[in-house]
Amino acid sequence: MSLRNQLRFGRPSSAQTAKERLKLVLVHDRAGLSPNRLEALKDELIDVISRHIEIDKHSVRVSLTRDRNQQRLVADIPLTPVPSRRGRPR
Amino acid sequence: MSGKVATITSGKGGVGKTTATANLGAALANMGLRVVCIDADIGLRNLDVVMGLENRIVYDLVDVVEGRCKLRQAMIRDKRLEEFYLIPAAQTRDKTAVSPQDMIRLSDELRADFDWILIDSPAGIERGFRNAIAPADIVVIITNPEVSAVRDADRIIGLVEAEDKGPGKLIINRVKPEMIKRGDMLGTDDVLDVLAIDLVGVVPDDESVIVAANKGLAVVLDPRSKAGGAFRNIARRLNGEDVPFEALDEHDGFFGRLSRLVKTGGEG
Repeated sequence: MSLRNQLRFGRPSSAQTAKERLKLVLVHDRAGLSPNRLEALKDELIDVISRHIEIDKHSVRVSLTRDRNQQRLVADIPLTPVPSRRGRPR
Repeated sequence: MSGKVATITSGKGGVGKTTATANLGAALANMGLRVVCIDADIGLRNLDVVMGLENRIVYDLVDVVEGRCKLRQAMIRDKRLEEFYLIPAAQTRDKTAVSPQDMIRLSDELRADFDWILIDSPAGIERGFRNAIAPADIVVIITNPEVSAVRDADRIIGLVEAEDKGPGKLIINRVKPEMIKRGDMLGTDDVLDVLAIDLVGVVPDDESVIVAANKGLAVVLDPRSKAGGAFRNIARRLNGEDVPFEALDEHDGFFGRLSRLVKTGGEG
């Protein structure tokens, strides 16, 4: 796509929009996992992990990505910030 | 020497499988090769009308498979090209009348007498599709630069790989260079970036394709047709020739050439 199309008033061209939507939908198609089921998987992950460690439930991100041939499920799970216990006597 | 089997498939219907099969077949035959096209879309036969042979059908694919006629009896010779034949689909049966093994057996029989066996696959991903790709040495996937067609092409590419028939080769059909320039149509690079597959050709949207099909003629035999030229180049690439990819707006007639001349003049 030419530079002209990408620059026109900062708005993406319909072809760019098409490409981005396709990339997203194909990631889900290829994994056989719909956005809904990915959301369910995220909730279950949060449940399981919370049993072992305190996490910041609202900041959890679970997504599918791909680079050429490799599909990847990426989970970013921040822990709840806690005051450091290091050095405290048990 | 044994012929090659190429299956033309798409997933989505209406993207140009039948047109591509008829024209790649005609182009290969016009290069002096022996070609037979098989319409594997049982119940919805179309290749016969596109090739202009609908009035000559006596036997069909299912008759051959079920032993009611000899293979040669079901083959209809093209009106213009010497070594170009069609095996039509049955119109009154469904896809279960033929099995993938039947298609392999039939194709193997044809390999001895032909350089190319082209199979026009039905739309969809079910039995008919599996029948069509079972004997394939090469799977040609055809798509249009539209979200629905590209999505289905991706699904087909996955299935073709799962059946160990990959990697497929892609044709992007009905491309409108003007829309790509405006940013309103996915370009070749965009489609290839999304699908990650080898390209075998890009065919411009061209009214002459419909005009030729109206008459039951192959558009590749029309030397002035842009789409015809693109299909001729694809046929040569499939046959192993190294043909450079044509720039889409290279053949846009007098005004296109004039405007480019003016542009280059302005920049230089």
